[in-house]
Amino acid sequence: MNKPVKPEDTGAILKVVGTRPIRPDGVEKVTGRAAYGADLHLPGMLIGKIKRSPHAHARIISIDTRKALALPGVKAVMTSADMPDLAAEHYEAGESASNLRDLSANVMARGKVLYHGHAIAAVAATSNAIADQALDLIEIVYETLPHVIDVEEAMAPGAPILHDQMFTAGLGETPTKASNIATKHRLDRGDLAAGFGAADIIVETRYSSAAVHQGYIEPHACVASYAADGQTQVWSSSQGHFVIRGLCAKLLKMRFSDVRVIPAEIGGGFGGKTTVYLEPLALVLSQKSGHPVKMVMTREEVFRATGPTSASVVTVKMGAKLDGTITAAQVDLKFQAGAFAGSPVGAAVMTSLACYDVANFEVTGWDVVTNSPKVAAYRAPGAPNAALGVECAVDELAEKLGIDPMTMREKNAVRNGVRAPYGPVYKNIGYVETLEAIKSHPHMSIPLGPNQGRGIAAGFWFNIGGESTVNVSINEDGTAIVSTGSPDIGGSRASMAMMAAEVLGIGVEQVRPIVADTASIGFSTVTGGSRTTFATGMAVVQAAEKLVADMKRRAAETWGVEIDQVVWQDGAAHCLQAGKAPKGALTLAALAGSAGKTGGPIATVVALNAQGAGPGFGVHVCDVEVDPETGHVTVLRYTAAQDVGKAIHPAYVEGQIQGGVAQGIGWALNEEYVFSTGGIMENAGFLDYRVPVASDLPMIDAVMVEVPNPAHPYGAKGVGEVPIVPPLAALAIAVRHATGVRMHDLPLSPSKIRAAIDAKAG
Amino acid sequence: MALVIADYADCRALTGGLRSFEVKAATVRDLLQKIEERFPGLGDLIDQRMAIAIDGTITQDAHGATLEPHSEVVLLPRIGGG
Repeated sequence: MNKPVKPEDTGAILKVVGTRPIRPDGVEKVTGRAAYGADLHLPGMLIGKIKRSPHAHARIISIDTRKALALPGVKAVMTSADMPDLAAEHYEAGESASNLRDLSANVMARGKVLYHGHAIAAVAATSNAIADQALDLIEIVYETLPHVIDVEEAMAPGAPILHDQMFTAGLGETPTKASNIATKHRLDRGDLAAGFGAADIIVETRYSSAAVHQGYIEPHACVASYAADGQTQVWSSSQGHFVIRGLCAKLLKMRFSDVRVIPAEIGGGFGGKTTVYLEPLALVLSQKSGHPVKMVMTREEVFRATGPTSASVVTVKMGAKLDGTITAAQVDLKFQAGAFAGSPVGAAVMTSLACYDVANFEVTGWDVVTNSPKVAAYRAPGAPNAALGVECAVDELAEKLGIDPMTMREKNAVRNGVRAPYGPVYKNIGYVETLEAIKSHPHMSIPLGPNQGRGIAAGFWFNIGGESTVNVSINEDGTAIVSTGSPDIGGSRASMAMMAAEVLGIGVEQVRPIVADTASIGFSTVTGGSRTTFATGMAVVQAAEKLVADMKRRAAETWGVEIDQVVWQDGAAHCLQAGKAPKGALTLAALAGSAGKTGGPIATVVALNAQGAGPGFGVHVCDVEVDPETGHVTVLRYTAAQDVGKAIHPAYVEGQIQGGVAQGIGWALNEEYVFSTGGIMENAGFLDYRVPVASDLPMIDAVMVEVPNPAHPYGAKGVGEVPIVPPLAALAIAVRHATGVRMHDLPLSPSKIRAAIDAKAG
Repeated sequence: MALVIADYADCRALTGGLRSFEVKAATVRDLLQKIEERFPGLGDLIDQRMAIAIDGTITQDAHGATLEPHSEVVLLPRIGGG
């Protein structure tokens, strides 16, 4: 366990933490100098490309690569036959355990193709054009099979079965018949029947959301170089280069020490870059060809073959007394997993009622495979889908009871000391404070006009800690280097430098933060789960504290005093004993400049597994105007309050909140995977898959509520996940109040809204 | 004795339906060993797939974490993120 600090201790005077310095990587990025995954060029480098399935579901009868391999300029061709045939093995990596057999079959189809766009072969050639030509020369014979994409259709009896050996887990007894339902999850407490019996009013409702993509701007990209002695290097854009190393080594049965992964800058991930797609293929092609191989996905490939998040159907039955007290809740969550098991429905089960103090509940989750790309993590995986159903149900209840929706939430809010629906007793949470921040916000007093509506919704995410390694060293001039193994996605270089500067007592501009490769620093798990500022930041603080202790020792030796006669302040050691320090304080520069005389270089490493991440809550309010003629929704104003613990760099915390809201608005209003009857995604590009752009959005007012997490030296909580949880429901509720019709299926497209308005008008 | 709460169906399948039970253990490592002895398979399940909340603080793989004599230990699925 980490050494706890009292919440009141985090209120010490801070000079760097809580300020808004310019990000250390900013200039490189805005001037186009930063090197992303596709920017690396090596001598003799080849271009790798992938042959993808034209069918949503088919058996692979044969693959003939001879013509492709004979094409001049083609240096290697690979299929799944060039990769180890792995047994089912769970490997803890990325956001959760990966089934290596499934992961291998996802990066390169084995026996069957399970979705349109599934990789089936790959080539390495001397040019893009030759690689494209080679792909056309690969001859594949398929036996097409019926497919299923809709989650409820996939659960129905008689649905096409994706995996003959998949038998539903969680039923108590193992079924004898294969199913597309991988797992049934169940969480319950209290007496459901008694709870509903005590209710004066009950709502039963159903909400669905479409599959949406994380929508990161940078496509997946990597370069792999496999040397003759087996020493390989991979340059890759990812949320965790150690996880890329681990998965490549496991999938290809290599030694971890033989795979060095160098992190490129990353142009967005949001959970979608916590696994591998290209890297193992590039390694095999590099090994076979003897050349470095670069692979870069097109946008179309990103949509067709990398993880979106789950489409879902959520049904909610909720009962309450006339005073608004919720007496019982029953939630059923059906989640599309894509081609392989592993949707985030387990997290959805746990988060669905996390904002509510309900004595009697039953939550059931279904993880369902479908002929669509295997889903990947996306900000607060599973929680937005669940919150859509639960928050809208709460709004329906409030409407029927004639109770203000904010009052309804306050009355049933979880507080410190309340047992969370998912198990532990809450402590140090700031949900009530966050509700209060919205209740007292000027936004709530703005009058609404015709065709305008206001929606309020709440959201929750656990946040996590996990393993991180940090090196901190002091240069000869007293400046510092902070090395971490955590890719910088949301400004973590800045927050790491700030925390180090705070402890060392120097300016943040005197600290250079870098992200080190897998051969240069110890293990760190992914930048995800809103863990980096909390966990890696904890390691940075501990490392800096170790250096301060070391420098106090060196100063004490220099002055010939006991170490308790030395204090560290403003980047210098000060002697408390009169007459022992005739030249005054020993600055960091002075100590570092003479480090050889006091024991050698000043450097340290801290590796830890951070525990005690504080959960986060958010409450959002949005106002919309709906054009009754077209059904178009304009978001007029949006305010998001969130318990952030302590904002290390407030501007980046606000940015996380605003970014999460923007993605949530897209999820609610525009985004969806549209499939043809043949199971082909019909909108695999940003022209037809429309993410919000700046002109679609109002200024999103991010309100930071600071209830410190005592497990972190400065009280930080994760902030990146929570803000995407409430918007789906907030938008759906706002549209309800603008139009008088309740929309149950996302996205809230103009055509659907117009149809609902027309239906209401009769 | 630490009070162990095992509300999730995966756990209850291995505890014979018990939602809570008591274990005398000084650390999480000790706790896992004793749970495995009492409910074969559950200790391994927790070790590989679950998180442990000790008096409200969620931990993962914290085998060295200490338990107080009356600690409440809640078993819950591991948590990731995006």
